[in-house]
Amino acid sequence: MRTPRKAAVLAPLMLLALGCAPQASSTTATDTTPTTGSQTAAQCAQGHTMSSGKLTIGTDSPAYDPWFRHNDPTNGQGYESAVAYAVAKQLGFAPSAVTWTKVPFNSSYAPGPKHFDFDINQISITPARAKVVDFSDGYYSAAQAIIAVKGSPAASATSLADLKQYKIGAQTGTTSLTAIRDQIQPSSDAVVFKNTNDAKTALANGQVDAIVADLPTAFYLVAAEIDHGTIVGQFPSAGAPEQFGMLFAKHNPLVPCVNQALATLKSDGSLAQFEKKWLSDTVNVPVLK
Amino acid sequence: MSASGPGWTPSPRELERRDVRRQRSRRDLLVATVAAVVVIGGLLAGLLLSPGWPTVRSGFLSWHDAKASFPAVIKGFLKYNVTGFLIAEPFILLIGVLVAVTRGTTSATMFPLRVIAVVYTDVFRGLPTYLVVIVFGLAIPGLGLQGVTTNTFWLGLTALVLCYGAYVAEVFRAGIESIHPSQVASADTLGLSRGQAMRHVVLPQATRRVMPPLLNDFISLQKDTALLGGIFVFEGLFAAQDYGAYNFNYTPITVVGVLFLCLTVPLTRFTDWIGRRAMRRQFAGVR
Repeated sequence: MRTPRKAAVLAPLMLLALGCAPQASSTTATDTTPTTGSQTAAQCAQGHTMSSGKLTIGTDSPAYDPWFRHNDPTNGQGYESAVAYAVAKQLGFAPSAVTWTKVPFNSSYAPGPKHFDFDINQISITPARAKVVDFSDGYYSAAQAIIAVKGSPAASATSLADLKQYKIGAQTGTTSLTAIRDQIQPSSDAVVFKNTNDAKTALANGQVDAIVADLPTAFYLVAAEIDHGTIVGQFPSAGAPEQFGMLFAKHNPLVPCVNQALATLKSDGSLAQFEKKWLSDTVNVPVLK
Repeated sequence: MSASGPGWTPSPRELERRDVRRQRSRRDLLVATVAAVVVIGGLLAGLLLSPGWPTVRSGFLSWHDAKASFPAVIKGFLKYNVTGFLIAEPFILLIGVLVAVTRGTTSATMFPLRVIAVVYTDVFRGLPTYLVVIVFGLAIPGLGLQGVTTNTFWLGLTALVLCYGAYVAEVFRAGIESIHPSQVASADTLGLSRGQAMRHVVLPQATRRVMPPLLNDFISLQKDTALLGGIFVFEGLFAAQDYGAYNFNYTPITVVGVLFLCLTVPLTRFTDWIGRRAMRRQFAGVR
C-alpha cells in the first residue's frame, strides 16, 4: 500500500517539472532588422516597439535632477526627459504615445524580456556592459566631478594626489566609483552608496570627506541639495570621454532607428540646445591634475 | 531478530516472511530510484532546456565574472558579514537574557525596568530590521553628537543587536515560562532566593530548552548582516551587486550566495544535532 501512495505524491511534482519545461520563444525569431538607408527614423521604428503605436521608455525612480525635473519623467523637463521626447518625435511618436515605466538600474540588465523599448538613466557605455545589452550612440559626454563641503580640507585639493588621503564615496555600479578606485586610488577604500541621496546625506553627516558624481549631477547637488557644498574640480579625461547611452535589449531592431534620430538631433543642434537649457555651464570647473 | 541458535531452523512461515520483506525492500528501492531520477531529471531538464537558459547561465553563472568579483566579495564577506555576526552575537545573548529576566521579575521596584523591557521588545520586534538599520546609519550621524561614531558599520551593528536582542529576549522568556513552577517552589524550599533560583535552577534548564530556536535566530542574523549594505557598508552582497551593476552581470550574487551557504549550512546541521541531543537527554531511553 505504501508505494502507490508515494507515487501519487510524486506525480504532481513530475508534472510540475514538465510544465516548466521549454515553451517556444515568440519574440526573438520573428523580428527582422530593419534597414536604415534612405528611410526616416519614423519609418524605421514602425512596428518595432514593444506595444504597437506606443513607445515605452524606462528610467529609475526617483528620477534625479537635472536629468529629470520634480521626479516626473513625463513632463518633458530635464535633459534626459527632453532628449527622450525629442527622440520619440523623430521616431514618429507624439508625446501622448510615450509611456514611462520605472526600471531600477539594478534590474535594467537582467536576463529575460525587457519591459521597455529603451531605458534612459545616465547609463555609461562600457565594453563589458555592451556584451549584455545594446546601447544607442552616446547622447551626452559626461565628465566626473568631485564634491566636498566648503572650507573642509578636501575642498582645497587641487590635484588627484591631494585627494588620496580622504574618505571618498560614489554611487554603486557607476563610472564615478571606478574613477575613485582607478584615478585617485585613495588610501582607505572607496565608500559605496546605493543612490545619490545616500551620498548626499553621508557628505552632510561627515561620514565621507568628498563624493564623486557626473558633472551635471554635481552642479545640481551643490546648487540645490547640499548646504555649503562646492565642486572641487573635474577629473582629467583619460582617453575618450565617457558617453551616456540609451539601454536596449540585445539585438533590439529599434537601436539603428534611435541612432538615426540622435544623429538628426545632434546635427540640427537640438542636443546642444537641451544641454544649454537643462545642464549648467560646465566650462569653469577646474580640471584636477 | 534472526537469533539463529544451534539446532534452530526457521519455519517455512518465517522464510516466507523474509521473502516478502526482501521483495518489498527491492521494490521500494526501485521505485525510489525511478522517482528520484524522474523528478530531479525533470527539474534539471526543465531548467537546462528552457529558452532563456543560455542567457541566465551567462548572467548568473559566468566563471569569468565569478573569478573577477571574488576578491571584492570575499573581502566584504569576511570583513563585515562574518566579523559583524561574531561581534553582535554575544551582545544579543546578553540583552536577550537581561530583558527576559527583567520581564519575569515581580518586585515593585523593578516596575520601571519592566516597562522599559516591554516597550523595547515591542518596538524593536515590531519594526522591520532594515528600517532600524537605516535610521541608525543615517539619522544618528545627522544629529552631530559628540563622541558618537559616524561609522555605519558600528551603527548598523548596533541596530542589528537591538533588533535581534528583542527576538532573543522573547525566545528566552518563552523558555523561562516553560519551566514548571514546581522547580521554583523546590528551589524556594531549599532556601534559594528568587534571584538564585532564576540563576541556578530556571535559566540553565530554560537555556537548554531554547537552544534550537536560539540557533535559528543566529542563522537568521548571519544573513541579515547583508542589510548593512543599505547604509553603505561594503559587505559581501553589496560588493557583489556593485560589481554586477558596473559589469552588467549577476554572477557575483551567486558567489556570495555560496559563501552564505558555507556559513549557514554547517550551523544548521549543528542546530539539528543540538536538538537531537537535547531530545535524547530529556527522554532518555524512551522511544
